[in-house]
Amino acid sequence: MSEVLLEVRNITKRFPGVVALDDVSLSIRRGEIHGLCGENGAGKSTLIKILSGIYPQGTYEGSLRFEGQEFTPRRVVDSERTGISTIFQELSLFPKLTVGENLFIGDWPRKNGVVDHALIAQEARRLLAEVGLAVPPDTVVENLGIGHQQLVEIAKAVRRKAKLLILDEPTSALSEMETENLLRMLAEMKAKGLTCIYISHKLEEVRRIADTISVLRDGRFIESRPAPEFSIQDLICAMVGREMKNVYPRVDQVRKDLVLKVHDWSVKKSRHNPAKLVDRVSFDVYAGEILGLAGLMGSGRTELAESLFGLHPDLCSGSMELKGAPVSFRNPAEAIQAGFAYLPEDRKRHGVVLNMGIAENVTLASLKALYGSILNQGAEEEAANRSIVSLKIKAGGHRAAVSSLSGGNQQKVVIGKWLLTKPSVLVLDEVTRGVDVGAKFEIYKIINELVSQGLAVVLISSELPELIGLCGRILVMHEGRLKGEFSKAGVSQEEIMAAAMA
Amino acid sequence: MATNEAQIHEAARHGQAPTAKKSGRRIDIRAYTMTIALLTIWLVMFILTKGVFVSARNLSNLFVQMSIVGVLTTGMVLTIISGNIDLSVGSLLGMLGGVAAILQVYYHMNTLLAVVCTLALGGIVGVVHGAVIAYLRVPAFIVTLGGLMAYRGALLGVTKGITVSPVNESFRFIGQAYLSKEVGLALTGVAALLLVASAMLKARRDGRSAPAGADRAAGYAKAVVVPVLVLAFTLVMNQYKGVPIPVVIMLGIVVVLSFIANKTVFGRSVYAIGGNKEAAEYSGILVRPIIFGIFVLEGVLSAVGGLILTARLNAGTVSAGQNLELDVIAAAVIGGASLAGGVGTVSGAILGALVMASLNNGLSVMNVDAFWQFILKGVILVVAVYIDVLNSDRK
Repeated sequence: MSEVLLEVRNITKRFPGVVALDDVSLSIRRGEIHGLCGENGAGKSTLIKILSGIYPQGTYEGSLRFEGQEFTPRRVVDSERTGISTIFQELSLFPKLTVGENLFIGDWPRKNGVVDHALIAQEARRLLAEVGLAVPPDTVVENLGIGHQQLVEIAKAVRRKAKLLILDEPTSALSEMETENLLRMLAEMKAKGLTCIYISHKLEEVRRIADTISVLRDGRFIESRPAPEFSIQDLICAMVGREMKNVYPRVDQVRKDLVLKVHDWSVKKSRHNPAKLVDRVSFDVYAGEILGLAGLMGSGRTELAESLFGLHPDLCSGSMELKGAPVSFRNPAEAIQAGFAYLPEDRKRHGVVLNMGIAENVTLASLKALYGSILNQGAEEEAANRSIVSLKIKAGGHRAAVSSLSGGNQQKVVIGKWLLTKPSVLVLDEVTRGVDVGAKFEIYKIINELVSQGLAVVLISSELPELIGLCGRILVMHEGRLKGEFSKAGVSQEEIMAAAMA
Repeated sequence: MATNEAQIHEAARHGQAPTAKKSGRRIDIRAYTMTIALLTIWLVMFILTKGVFVSARNLSNLFVQMSIVGVLTTGMVLTIISGNIDLSVGSLLGMLGGVAAILQVYYHMNTLLAVVCTLALGGIVGVVHGAVIAYLRVPAFIVTLGGLMAYRGALLGVTKGITVSPVNESFRFIGQAYLSKEVGLALTGVAALLLVASAMLKARRDGRSAPAGADRAAGYAKAVVVPVLVLAFTLVMNQYKGVPIPVVIMLGIVVVLSFIANKTVFGRSVYAIGGNKEAAEYSGILVRPIIFGIFVLEGVLSAVGGLILTARLNAGTVSAGQNLELDVIAAAVIGGASLAGGVGTVSGAILGALVMASLNNGLSVMNVDAFWQFILKGVILVVAVYIDVLNSDRK
């Protein structure tokens, strides 16, 4: 009979105007991996913030019990000392410090009163090996990709010897290989007695790794079931409260004219480093189709897209033809004007201006086209409202600050921004990352509609089911080269994976 | 409902109401706070100086005293919004003012030509700044810090340490003359009518997307209060000698720069670059020409300031503009600009300049030692930003 490690009892958390958690109770058993699912806004993040001490005792109703004792964290440190380690989706690393320094931050091993760097390096190497990250401990964190940074975060938690590890969307930025690594590591740690709360939108992943899955919806606890008894259908149904027949809306794609022709496209690493991030890639994109682009992290997909978009004009070579005419973009403005749009992978950094409103963000890529040189508030409002309605953006009006929107709605704002540029080709880079199930479905429907109206869409994604579900053709990249092309008919995830890994 | 939690989280974390408005709007809170602060200062000064502070003569002096900082701060606020800074404006103003004097005194240039040359030189310096900052990518702080030192040195060099005077009589007009009372009233009348007309147009346009109660009330208040203030201003100025020319220049620049910042694609791009430079780039905004343009603008505005100062002093002095950049930056920050970029308004900056000038002036009238002015300026700057911090946290 496994004992209960953490008990959440009747937690209610209110904010001005909204109840974020409404009388939520659940139990986490020792030694289990407990999946927590729910749409954005369901209350998962709030619950995690309560467990990790960010919302201290006193700001919520209800109680917590950890290992049978009352658990009343007043600060994050209290939670950590109790044995709860939380890894948030937004990483909390120090970008200008090294990996080793990040691992030991605030807890430096000392030798004779001076920080023992040798010990740090040694320990860091050991921890990094445990999480499968092969970088030297003196690497500065900001030089690592998001995926590797996340592994450093996990190594940090490993070091803290947590009893309960809470992971918030841990694999959203990881490649398939890194995800495998993480899941294997969690299984190993579970065998050694670690308990884990695993929050993820990737339902198949949760079903695979978790023993029990709990679902929250609109701040309420819906149900807990052993994972094998919780089918994807049932999970989605519990999360969304309605039956979702097709996760990927099925639409026949009719291929029309050739819109984009890329030939022998290469991108080098930097002005001084001729190493190829993209190596002689050639492909065609047609109006009316969704072309998928699969590949692991580091395969060069984003570099390919960004360089076609004009972001790295000195680093690329090869030729590009848009609607039959040869083009060469020296900056994104030229690309946009020619009808080539790119939705960036990193929404917070490259997609939205957080302190501006929806209207200002939506019009940001079309300033000259929409206004000339003098702003027109009427035109701006109209464009914004049109986007809000057609993309079903849930917000408090066109002036709402984008920072106040959920990930899914923010992404819709970015999509709206690119649609307003009236492109012929739209490249979407991880468009559904950090987006909840409901909004994802809406975005898929939007993409299908755009494509049926004649747009050409390139869908860069790390979610194989998404690629197989939506795309007519799927290209696979590996280490900068185009390794294969699959047509939707009958291709399996394994086949794509195989091409992506070799 | 599904977005509620995210909205609330962001509200709690970033201190913005879930339906917070556009980047400029958050500063309205600051503007109201600063207006209250201004009125308080005026009230206190009125009492402490037994009414001398609000006499027409003193108010006229007050506005003249703020005009140079006013001119410079409109450009500085744009620079700060874009995520940059310009530390050279004081030294540059001194150098350009000195050049204007030298051209007249040693080269016997006529006023118009001297003005044009000075403005051109300001533009050229701005071009150099812009090129090095935007295209060579040397940080603005460094480039303008270098400029601060270099231009002061250049001024010392060309003047050989001697005050250059006297300037042409027609040149003095820029700094010492006043609009005739009739012209002043006429222009003000036109301005007031335009303000009312634009407010009515805005109300009609907004009628379609009915703004919330508080917004509408604020709109009405602005439509009535501002034209009244404008008229009152001229009437008061006319009780002394009329509206001073430096003030007219400052107001003209404020109007133009306000328009640029709030109503043009250029201005919107500046806010976007300051808010998130990479996102702006990825959205097709050409960052480098815009940053370049901002520094050219700063150069020209420094020239305008230099012309006004030389005209007022009837001389190009060696210490002209010393430490002025600090007042200019403080005015912008008090008015709501954040050194992190992306936030700030031209009107806020002018308000900030007025607050500081009022303090300086009031303390002078009371014959308080000059050093108190410096101390108070420092305190006000910190307090103003702290109030903003408090406001954010409370929300």
